[in-house]
Amino acid sequence: MAARVGVVVFPGSNCEHDVVEGVGAAGGEGRLLWHGDRSLGDVDAVVLPGGFAHGDYLRPGAIARFSPIMEAIVAFAEAGGPVVGICNGFQVLTESGLLPGALQRNAGLKFLCRPTTVRVEASGTALTRDVAPGTTLRIPINHFSGNYTCDEATLAELRADERIVFRYVDNPNGSTDSIAGICSAGRNVVGLMPHPERASHALLGSTDGLVLLRSLLVAAGALAA
Amino acid sequence: MRFSVLVETRLHDGIADPEGATIERSLPALGFEGVSGVRVGKCFRFALDAPDAERAEAEVRDMCARFLTNPVIESATVTVEQVAEGGATGTANGAGQPVGTGEEQA
Repeated sequence: MAARVGVVVFPGSNCEHDVVEGVGAAGGEGRLLWHGDRSLGDVDAVVLPGGFAHGDYLRPGAIARFSPIMEAIVAFAEAGGPVVGICNGFQVLTESGLLPGALQRNAGLKFLCRPTTVRVEASGTALTRDVAPGTTLRIPINHFSGNYTCDEATLAELRADERIVFRYVDNPNGSTDSIAGICSAGRNVVGLMPHPERASHALLGSTDGLVLLRSLLVAAGALAA
Repeated sequence: MRFSVLVETRLHDGIADPEGATIERSLPALGFEGVSGVRVGKCFRFALDAPDAERAEAEVRDMCARFLTNPVIESATVTVEQVAEGGATGTANGAGQPVGTGEEQA
């Protein structure tokens, strides 16, 4: 049976259908979850997609973290379930405390929408289970606040525990240590600014995101088994 | 009791402020010379009903820690002023005294 991936729709999310499509292309079944629900149903993994949840009012992710479904997502993550935040979803994960640090305005104050090259730095996470460190992937970014920042102690911890999952080859937004994505201590929660679902079909210009989505399906399948 | 609250948030010292840096670079183009150290923040004004000033301030600090600021990158200054009976703060007769102000380093 195909792994079921719940894709959360907040008011203002705009990448949920792309993620469902990408999950399908990778061989899974994506289904939409409404942010106002309190249950995740029988999904095996959760993706918080990109967009502008709640209009990004106050700060990106600041209001979304109080959506009713977030309690179920926190419990799911704490139980080891795979949770991935892409772009705005990454911002929601940092605001909700599931991942450390914060995402600030891009250095240079430009909205960046373009392909980037990211290097996989850590395997064994929900998105990079069997992806060898050093692998480079061509995946687009699309954000105004992707400038990852954290304090020195957190950065040292992320490095020591190999929790920096992706780095930009050419840092586009001023992120600390060129960080494009990180994971939780349990390695089941991953946040990243690049959009793997936008690199999941040859027509989109790259299929490099598929290896990540497939990894998520394997992580989801491991939970379902 | 009703209180008038002012919360000013700003980035911690040492956190890069891309917006402030851009404004600082733009000012000389308009002929404003000698400006340095521009930092951009937000301010929130609202009314709050609370039993006393101490509890009003505690409530606002909790709001800052859990919602109004992201403690990873921001801190806030909180000012709580009692609103005079039947009037606004800071009227000509001197009603409305600041009863609390302080730094929140959540």
